[in-house]
Amino acid sequence: MSKRLTCDVVVVGAGVVGAACAFYAARAGLDVVVVDRGPVSGGTTGAGEGNLLVSDKEPGPELDLALLSGRLWAQLAEEIGEFVEYEAKGGLVVASTPGGLTALGRFAEDQRAAGVVAEPVDGDSLYDLEPHLAPGLPGGVYYPQDCQVMPALAAAHLLRVSGARLLTGRTVTDVLLKRDGTVDGVRTSLGDILAPTVINAAGTWGGELAALAGVALPVLPRRGFVLVTEPLPRLVRHKVYAADYVADVASDSAALQTSPVVEGTAAGPVLIGASRERVGFDRTFSLPVVRALAAGATKLFPFLSDVRAMRSYLGFRPYLPDHLPAIGPDPRVPGLVHACGHEGAGIGLATGTGHLIAQLLGGKTPDLDPAPFRPDRFPDFPDEEGA
Amino acid sequence: MRTPLDLAEAHPDPAFTVTLDGREIEALPGQTVAAALWSAGVTSWRTTRGEGRPRGVFCGIGVCYDCLVTVNDRPNQRACLVPLHPGDAIRTQEGTGHDD
Repeated sequence: MSKRLTCDVVVVGAGVVGAACAFYAARAGLDVVVVDRGPVSGGTTGAGEGNLLVSDKEPGPELDLALLSGRLWAQLAEEIGEFVEYEAKGGLVVASTPGGLTALGRFAEDQRAAGVVAEPVDGDSLYDLEPHLAPGLPGGVYYPQDCQVMPALAAAHLLRVSGARLLTGRTVTDVLLKRDGTVDGVRTSLGDILAPTVINAAGTWGGELAALAGVALPVLPRRGFVLVTEPLPRLVRHKVYAADYVADVASDSAALQTSPVVEGTAAGPVLIGASRERVGFDRTFSLPVVRALAAGATKLFPFLSDVRAMRSYLGFRPYLPDHLPAIGPDPRVPGLVHACGHEGAGIGLATGTGHLIAQLLGGKTPDLDPAPFRPDRFPDFPDEEGA
Repeated sequence: MRTPLDLAEAHPDPAFTVTLDGREIEALPGQTVAAALWSAGVTSWRTTRGEGRPRGVFCGIGVCYDCLVTVNDRPNQRACLVPLHPGDAIRTQEGTGHDD
């Protein structure tokens, strides 16, 4: 059956970024339809850990967006926090050597100047915060602004309270353009949805959607595994990770990188990350990767060597060449607005992204300068996967 | 009454004894913990961590992790996947299974 719908805004993608765009656009009074070829949270959102982090970000536009997003998540938590397992748990970054601690201290100093709360932690206080850490660590930095949500629930509840119409199981097959080249809506496998604005929140598949509108956006997948333990009493209190993680996040290497990221969850299991590889959309289970994750986590928390890992899952971070998302109107196709390419930070950055886009759609001055996120900042970027 | 054994024309070796919270129940060679518990009329052997609700087999194929159970003092095993051996001690499980 083919049915034609009309609305103000079509959001393509029912992950957390699409949900946040729908939420803030609807709160601004727009009539919003969200469409996804799969279910809610069926892509990268459902494969995430739900981190809302400032700790891993160096001063710059991404950190500014993370700080804005953190404030918005805290506001949202008053409304839906309980449903989405919002937890202001704080992050603890741990150095493994005195030299590493010095470098981490400098990094934290720069972050403090940019508005991050970053408290130096000496070797003794480390064990007050996390009693089960491996002995002999020199210290770290505590980031009370780091929070967590259960990402699949976050997207679902944002969509629910947005009041937007949700159409899942519908594949967008084309972006409809008027004669003058402006957006007229999308064609889907179950009929057209007409709207003057289309938001590309297709995550790792955002480049494909952009191509349907005739423009290039070099979003590439960066694979990551998460290892899940059996449910445990609360033995890991914060998000705890090794200082090397920050360097891995910012790296451009295609080769496998792992650095231990360990956190307890409200539901009981401990989640262990984080790996990064550029291997396309390969969903094959990789024992070497998961083994490296387990080894790294056990080095940080020796008790984990007696704990069973129950399963692992993987996902594909939507990665743009300069590690910044694409947020805002695409000057090449009036009416096309991008909200994708958040790499591994999409859950955290979703609220700020949706908020900025709603401000831009409403003709308001955005809280942050969106210039660094311009979607047309990659002129003729070569196809990296073939390189 | 027709049983799954008839339907599959199975001729298993003789049954053996395992325990559920100390009570003896019978199991057939090759049976999983879940199959033996169902055969013994037990459909719930865990309570949820949040609200203490009863849980047993949901998916039955190792995917959903709802049927977690303690076997030979090892908590959080999937009852639908773990095969039984003579003398195995199955224990119902509360919370995380780690006495928290």
